[in-house]
Amino acid sequence: MGKVVLVTGAARHLGGRFVRRIQRDPEVERVIAVDAVDPAHQLGAAEFVRADIRRPEIAKILAEHDVDTVVHLDVTGTALGGGGRTSVKETNVIGTMQLLGACQKSPRISRLVIKSSTSVYGSAPRDPAVFTETTPAKSLPSGGFAKDAVEVEGYVRGFARRRPDVAVCVLRFANILGPRIDSPLTEYLALPILPTVLGYDPRLQFVHEDDVIDVLRMSAHEPRRATLNSGTFNVAGDGVLLLSQCARRLGRPTVPVLLPAVTWVGTALRTVGITDFAPEQIRLLTHGRVVSTVQTREVLGFSPRYTTAEAFADFVRGRGPGLLPPEMLAGAVDRIAGRLAPSGSRGRPASTAPVAPSASPVSAASPVHPVHDGA
Amino acid sequence: MADAKVIPFDDDRSRARRRPGRADGEAAAVRALPGPQGPEEPEGGREALPGAQGGPEAGAEAAAAAGADAGAENGAGAGSTDGAGTGGWERRLAGGLAFLRRRVTGDYEVDEFGYDEELTDQVLMSLIRPLYEKYFRVEVKGVENIPAEGGALIVANHSGTLPLDGLMMQVAVHDHHPAGRHLRLLAADLVFVLPIVNELARKAGHTLACAEDAERLLRAGEIVGVMPEGFKGIGKPFGERYKLQRFGRGGFVSTALRAGVPIVPCSIVGAEEIYPMIGNAKTLARVLGFPYFPLTPTFPWLGPLGALPLPTKWTIQFGEPIPTDSYAPEAAEDPMLMFNLTDQVREQIQHTLYKLLVQRRSVFF
Repeated sequence: MGKVVLVTGAARHLGGRFVRRIQRDPEVERVIAVDAVDPAHQLGAAEFVRADIRRPEIAKILAEHDVDTVVHLDVTGTALGGGGRTSVKETNVIGTMQLLGACQKSPRISRLVIKSSTSVYGSAPRDPAVFTETTPAKSLPSGGFAKDAVEVEGYVRGFARRRPDVAVCVLRFANILGPRIDSPLTEYLALPILPTVLGYDPRLQFVHEDDVIDVLRMSAHEPRRATLNSGTFNVAGDGVLLLSQCARRLGRPTVPVLLPAVTWVGTALRTVGITDFAPEQIRLLTHGRVVSTVQTREVLGFSPRYTTAEAFADFVRGRGPGLLPPEMLAGAVDRIAGRLAPSGSRGRPASTAPVAPSASPVSAASPVHPVHDGA
Repeated sequence: MADAKVIPFDDDRSRARRRPGRADGEAAAVRALPGPQGPEEPEGGREALPGAQGGPEAGAEAAAAAGADAGAENGAGAGSTDGAGTGGWERRLAGGLAFLRRRVTGDYEVDEFGYDEELTDQVLMSLIRPLYEKYFRVEVKGVENIPAEGGALIVANHSGTLPLDGLMMQVAVHDHHPAGRHLRLLAADLVFVLPIVNELARKAGHTLACAEDAERLLRAGEIVGVMPEGFKGIGKPFGERYKLQRFGRGGFVSTALRAGVPIVPCSIVGAEEIYPMIGNAKTLARVLGFPYFPLTPTFPWLGPLGALPLPTKWTIQFGEPIPTDSYAPEAAEDPMLMFNLTDQVREQIQHTLYKLLVQRRSVFF
C-alpha cells in the first residue's frame, strides 16, 4: 500500500509545485493538499482540502485520510493574498503547534518534513563565517520570520522527543530563488536601484526552487541506501555571491546607504508598498550568511543541481534587464579596448586581446585602479 | 647591552639595567648565528618579487597576443628595447581592461569566506605594496619555513597600534614564497563590526578569529595567520615593546593540532615603533567602543598628520615549523600539552625577536 502525503501551504507556488511533483512518484498513493485559501494553480490529482492549520480540524483531516507523511511547507515570511505580519506569525507558529499536536495524536504518522530557513542562524558580525547545523546562533533573531522559524524548530524538536518513532526532517533552506519565487529577497532584487548598506558587502547563498522540490521529495520518501533523512540539514547551492556581484550580474545600480539611515529607507519603501524591509532582511543584507552543506551531501545524500551562481543566473533570466545590463557595460569596456588597442599594433584585429575572457592575470599596475572604488 | 641598540628614543638605558641577565645569554647565542642569514635573504627576496608581479603567465599571454617578438623580449625579461616597451604596456592595458570587464559584469568568484582572490592580487595588494617595499622596506627571512602546499598556521607577535603588521605579513608571504601562497589572516571581531573595514577585510581573505573558521581554512589547506596576543599585544604601551603578552588561551594550538598542520612561529620587528603609544585615553576608548585609544607623540595632537606611521625598517622572520601531526587526535583535549606547546611557540617567537633586535642597526635603517 502506498503512502498518503499531506502537504500544507499548497496554495503557494512552491507548495503547488511540490504537490504536482510528488503525486507522480510511484510510492505515493494519494496526496492531500491543505491550505487556508484556494490555490490559483492546478494541483493535478491531489485532493485539496481547504483548512486553516491554526484550527484543530487539521487533526480530523489527518485521521480521515490515513495520512502517514506530513510535509509542512506553510512556514513562510509573507502572507498570501493580504494579511499582516500577525496572521503570518500565527500561521507559522500556532499552525505548526496545531499540526504537531495533531501528528502526535495520530498513530499512523511515520514521517514529518519541515521547511525551515537558514535565517535561524541570524547574521551577526561575530558569527563564524560558515554555519554548520550545530553552530549556535550568536544573536538569536529578535523578530520576524527568522524568529518564527526558530520557534517552529523548537516545537519540532519537542515533537521529535515525544514521538521518537516518527522520522523528522528539518530542512533549512538558504534564500530560495527561481523564475517564479516571490520572497522578500526577490522583491528587493527587483527594485530598479538597489539600496545597500554602506561599507558592507554581504555574502549570500541561494538555492534553486528545482533543488528545493527534489530535496523535499527525497526527505518525504524512505531514505536511500546508506543515507539518513531524518535530522536537520542546511540546503544551499554551492558557492557564494556577494551582494555587489549580484547587483552587477543583475545589471542594477546600487546606492550605498549609511546603516542608521537604512531603516528609514526601509520604512519609506514599505510605506510606498514596494517591498518589505524586515529588520532580519536588513541584517542579512548587512552581514550576509553562509552555511555548510556537508551534512546534506554526506548524510542526506543530496547534491543540489544548481550552484548559487547558477540559481542566480536562472533568476536573472526570469527578470527583465536592469538599468545597467552587464552586456552593455562589457560592450563599453570592449569599445574602450578597441579604441586603445590599435595604436601599438596595426597588424592584428583590434579586439582580440582585450575581449578574451581568459586574459591572464596581469601585473598589478595602474589600469586596475579605476575599479577600486566600485569594487 | 642588547637593548642599547633597540630604540634610540626613550628610557632604554633604565630598562636595560632592569632587564635580567637572560637577555644577555640569548644575545650571545644569537651572535653565533647571524652570519649565514644576513646576506642570503635579501637576495632571495628580490628574486621573488618580479615572479609575483609578472610571471610566466604574462609571458605566455604575450606570446599569444603580441607575437613572437614581444614574447622573446619578455623571455629576456628586461623590457629594454623600445618596441618591447610598448608591447608590455599594451599587454598590461589589455589585461587591465579584461579585469575591468570581469569586475563590472560581476563575473568573478569569491570563496565562502568572501575572499576575492582577483581583487586582492591585483588591487588591494598593489595598494599596500608601496608601503611594504618603500616605506617599511620589509626584509623577509625564513620564508622557506612555510610549506609549499597544505595548511599551516603562522603565529606572529602583534604590535603597532594599528594592525599593519598583519597586512605586511600577508604581502610578505604572497610576494616571497616561491609558490606565491596566500595568507589568510584571522582578525578580531572589531574588524567585522566596522563598516568598510569589514568589507575590505573579507575581500582580502581575512576572517573572524574563531576556532571554526580557522579549522575550516586549515583543513582546506590554506595558510592561516594568527596573532594570539590580540589587543593586548597591539595596544600595549611603548615601554613594553617586544615583550610578548599572554597568548590568549592557546586555542590556536588545539586548532592546529586538530587540523594536523604545522605551526610556523613568526617574529615581526619594526612594527612596534610605527606608532609609539605613550598613553591610552581609556575613557575615550570606552565611549567609542574601541579596546584602546592610542596617544602617541604625534597623535592626536597633529591631527591626521599625526596618524602617519613612522618609517621604521621592518624584519619579518618565519621560524622553524613545529610539527603537530605526530600527536594523537585526542591530544587537542589535553590542556597540559596545549599549555606546553603554546609556551614553546611563544618562547621561540620571543627568542627570535631578541635575536633580530640585536642584529638591527637602527630603528629606521
